[in-house]
Amino acid sequence: MADPSASTAPTPAIRLRDIVKSFGPVQANRGAELEVARGEIHALVGENGAGKSTLMRVLAGMYAPNSGQMAVNGRDVTGWSTADAIAAGVGMVHQHFMLVPTLTVAENVVLGSELTRGPVLDRAAAERAVRELSERTGLVVPPHALVRELSVGQAQRVEILKTLYRGAKILVLDEPTAVLSPPEVQELWTVLRALRDQGDTIVLITHKLDEVIDISETITVMRAGRTVARMPTAGTTPQAIARAMVGRDVALALDADYAGVPAVQQLGAVPALLEVRELSVSSAAGHPVVRNVEFSIAPGEILGIAGVEGNGQTELIEAIAGLRAATGTIALGGRDLMPLDVRRRGDAGLSHIPEDRHERALVLDYSVAENLVLGQQHRFTRGAALDTGRILAHARALITHYDIRPPDAALPARALSGGNQQKIVVAREMSRDFKVLLAAQPTRGVDVGAIEFIHARLREARDQGKAVLLVSADLAEVLALSDRVAVMYGGRIVALLPRSDASPETLGPYMTGAERAA
Amino acid sequence: MSTTDPTIARVGGDTPTPAAASAVSDRASRRASIEEAVLPPLVALLLAAVVGDVLILSFGQSPGAVYRLLVDGTWGNAYGFGQVLYKATTLVFTGLAVALGLRAGLFNIGAESQLAAGGFCAAIVGLLLPVGIPSLLCLPIYILAAALGGGVVGAVPGVLKARFGAHEVIVTIMLNFIVLALLNYLTSTRLHVPDTLHTAEIGSGVLPRVSDVVPSFQGSAANATILLALLAMIALWWFLFRTRRGFELRAVGLQPHAAEYAGVHVGSVTWRALSISGAIAGIGGLNYVLGYKHYYEEGFATGAGFLGIAVALVGRSHPIGIGLAALLFATLSQGGLAVNALVPKQMVDVLQAVVILAVATSVPEVRRLLRGARRSAER
Amino acid sequence: MRKLLLLVAALLVAHVALLFIHPAGAAAPPAGHTIDVGVVFDLGGRGDKSFNDGAYLGAERAEKALGVQVRFIEPGEGSDRESGLRLLAAEGMDLVIGVGFIFTDDLTQLAREYPNTKFAGVDYSVATDPSGKVVPPPANLAALKFREEQGSYLVGALAALVGKSKKVGFVGGMDSPLIQKFEMGYRAGVKQVCPDCIVLSQYAGVTPEAFRNPGKGKEIALSQYQQGVNVIFHASGSTGLGVFEAARQTNKLAIGVDADQYSEAPGYVLSSMVKGVDNAVYDAIRKVKDGQFRGGIYQYGLAESGVGYVYDKNNERLIPPVVHARLEQLRQEIVAGRIVVPSTR
Repeated sequence: MADPSASTAPTPAIRLRDIVKSFGPVQANRGAELEVARGEIHALVGENGAGKSTLMRVLAGMYAPNSGQMAVNGRDVTGWSTADAIAAGVGMVHQHFMLVPTLTVAENVVLGSELTRGPVLDRAAAERAVRELSERTGLVVPPHALVRELSVGQAQRVEILKTLYRGAKILVLDEPTAVLSPPEVQELWTVLRALRDQGDTIVLITHKLDEVIDISETITVMRAGRTVARMPTAGTTPQAIARAMVGRDVALALDADYAGVPAVQQLGAVPALLEVRELSVSSAAGHPVVRNVEFSIAPGEILGIAGVEGNGQTELIEAIAGLRAATGTIALGGRDLMPLDVRRRGDAGLSHIPEDRHERALVLDYSVAENLVLGQQHRFTRGAALDTGRILAHARALITHYDIRPPDAALPARALSGGNQQKIVVAREMSRDFKVLLAAQPTRGVDVGAIEFIHARLREARDQGKAVLLVSADLAEVLALSDRVAVMYGGRIVALLPRSDASPETLGPYMTGAERAA
Repeated sequence: MSTTDPTIARVGGDTPTPAAASAVSDRASRRASIEEAVLPPLVALLLAAVVGDVLILSFGQSPGAVYRLLVDGTWGNAYGFGQVLYKATTLVFTGLAVALGLRAGLFNIGAESQLAAGGFCAAIVGLLLPVGIPSLLCLPIYILAAALGGGVVGAVPGVLKARFGAHEVIVTIMLNFIVLALLNYLTSTRLHVPDTLHTAEIGSGVLPRVSDVVPSFQGSAANATILLALLAMIALWWFLFRTRRGFELRAVGLQPHAAEYAGVHVGSVTWRALSISGAIAGIGGLNYVLGYKHYYEEGFATGAGFLGIAVALVGRSHPIGIGLAALLFATLSQGGLAVNALVPKQMVDVLQAVVILAVATSVPEVRRLLRGARRSAER
Repeated sequence: MRKLLLLVAALLVAHVALLFIHPAGAAAPPAGHTIDVGVVFDLGGRGDKSFNDGAYLGAERAEKALGVQVRFIEPGEGSDRESGLRLLAAEGMDLVIGVGFIFTDDLTQLAREYPNTKFAGVDYSVATDPSGKVVPPPANLAALKFREEQGSYLVGALAALVGKSKKVGFVGGMDSPLIQKFEMGYRAGVKQVCPDCIVLSQYAGVTPEAFRNPGKGKEIALSQYQQGVNVIFHASGSTGLGVFEAARQTNKLAIGVDADQYSEAPGYVLSSMVKGVDNAVYDAIRKVKDGQFRGGIYQYGLAESGVGYVYDKNNERLIPPVVHARLEQLRQEIVAGRIVVPSTR
């Protein structure tokens, strides 16, 4: 790569040189470089496990590097502490929100650096401070609202406000768009651009290449712990970035055109494999969260549900899977699923990739092999005991077939990267004998290579005549995979369109509730 | 640092690169996990020992002399060792009972009343059984009675939790009071031998003492229930780590949402786990009733339930750890008697408390320490 | 991991170093004493201000007055009772004492196993065979028993004479034969001096917990005082502290038990029915020293000054001389055998 120091006349905001960071025998960073100019939006891209987050944690003082130099605004800060980093204006916005749900926005923002009047928290002052900050940055959130009542997008704004409140001038955002709808992403871009125009420096960790092109000015690409490329955004293409990330050509979901109606469906009127009628679900508090939802999916069809998160998609999927009480009818190949419990629905031919990988889809302390039979443990028994031999053989086959890394069946799932954890889930759910697949956010937080792989598996299932219900907050994903597209808003299906009629432009208004259709 | 830590992903997100992580040898990770399992309790024990030293000095005694007396009175002679075994036997049962609950994510505070109920039911059955039935025939009946007694007491909080969401900690604590009061009432109003707090002696099927086989154990209460305890340890290990039900139970304890997703009925696991937990504690009652005194006596279970919690925590809810922890606490308890001439009984109570506190807090504490150590080692 | 190993090493070094400290006067080897005595208390017994502490006082007095060496053991759980006795017996103690009727079985067994050691049991409960005949304890075991009914008889008479309201109260701990003995003696004493008096009698419960429930004691006592009772006799362990509290609150009188409980509520404790556990224990030790120890059943009644009531400068103003004279007269008659006090219902 080109030597970055030659090209920079003014002092860069961040300069990391030859950073090595290992955890025991695992080398997360092996000579990583990063140089970010003051007042720019810089994208740090790379596959999961490439060492991006580690490098940023080194920058934020959470880890001390084994070797290498770190400079912030020209000052040598090698091996500083988190407190030093905060004092120097380096703030990190984490992928997983670190907010207290029962406190208000203002309280969360000032938490840890509270404004007090005597021993009492000065609420009014806190709210005033938050409001001022909101106005200055365009990050508008009601200061007195409870965090648990906020949407994901709003919660993220609170995270950013919190960081800014502590005086951050260099902002690191770790995968900020993973949980946002397209309009929310656009709003975030507006905010980030405003911050940049005020002179703040922004580093964005992401996998989404269209976003990189959209927002950044400079791109640094990491692979396997090393920095492999640094380029100005102007003049590069998603393909070029992807090539640098994985070291080979990949088919990108965002530009893979919809592949057309598959052969199976063209044969004519086939009875639906999954049929949902008048399905309603209430929240624990008794509010309706899914209202009278109806749809059916034919064999060999992918029905994609688009929509901003929190509009009933989660509840819809969980109701079909049997994890949530519901009224209405759900039939799989003509068989009524309502009286069946989770296990029997699975046995009846329902596969389910849940959206929450860490809470639902995996038992993180269980081994890869054990996780590969989770939900089907009753099929891997010999008398009362688990048949460890068969479980292990099953695991070896799937690890090879789905390229799960590291290929060690005894490792706890916790020790794997997000992408490989998701591969465990996909491998498990696609390897069972199923007719209908529920895929909720199947590629969330997963790197480009794994996304490509998972999409291929979903298409494969479709081509084998299975019915697939896909829920994704990523509109590009829904459009790339679905044969028909539905939009959920406020617990209802507000639009159900053939793929040919669906586009970000036609769907957008439905997603924000601006338009309603039958 | 030559070892690896499986918790990296927790702190590092997507840090380990697949290629690098696959280079981790099995042996290194196993050694790391053994060190992680052994070192914290060792630190806790040594810490307790040092606190004990200071306490002993504050009583004007020599720590060396007191510890020597403690060891002489426990592992130093057959009788003392027998008493340690006897006490450990009860603690293994209550420890396993608590551990089973913990594995399912439940905190069973009621082992004491479950133990008492098990012993009580065994004693009642013993009074009803005609004299002269061969022991081998009686034993299954006794085990069943004790398991049933403890199991019913355990099932109550289980069902209340599964059906109504009542917190098992509160219910088991309340049940301790209710059950013990009920048993004492029944004993002292209907079943007791005049001028005593115990029932009449059981006629048939009492278990042989260790001293029947090894005469040098003469006088010690250690009896064949030890074998039942060993059996219970093996059975629980097999159940937890080798069976489907155990797999599902642990999943409920680790991640209830994932267990639910895997088709496990969390509610039924809850009440089953607490019932079995109670049954295990109940069988522990045989140690006193069938192996030692041959009658139910009020208060025989006193303290064994709470010590069982300590045993389960110190033993990390693993049957082998529980066996070792039970021996430790039994040694402290018997050793407390042996050194009673030099230091007050309360000193041993304090020692016990220090061990419990040190080990219980060492779990997250040591984790943090490990992380700090790793960081400073690499600096 | 390395830091942890260092910590292990540091603690180990500290511990080993401390092991070698010998404070001056630590565990001085016993020298010049005549005999060894071991005492095992009941679970949580020490500090009860009556029974176990009485045994402690007696043994301590013997240590000073007779030059004997005494070792005390406090058990931690049920099986420690036997274990404690056994440890002492195995060490070759001359006399081993168990404090409390709960030691009965263990003492009997150990007395058989160690025929050359002498044993004594405070409140040892003597068994009867099916025909009702008393089964004597082993020859090396002394059962130290008390005629609580005789002392209770006297405080019953005291309560009726001082109370003057034709109603007297009794608060028992756990409803059991042992406490019923107190109640029966008390009732008989009341009837003796006031045939038309009513005894309001209540127990705090049916479990040993009833001996540790001051709240319940206060509740019962308040209700009895409310019904016109002026004096209450309690035989209920620390539950009685609630009775004293009620007496203080309503400005009435209570009678203590086992030891002189005047200091619990000065001015409100009319007297106490005392049990001479200290004397009995001292006696047993003295007999061993003098070589006069015999096994068997020792009854400590009024005649032996094993039970009695408190009459001293603290409470003499509460007890009119004529009442005191009457009590002394009754005592004479019991000692002389002219009055036989019932002990069962």
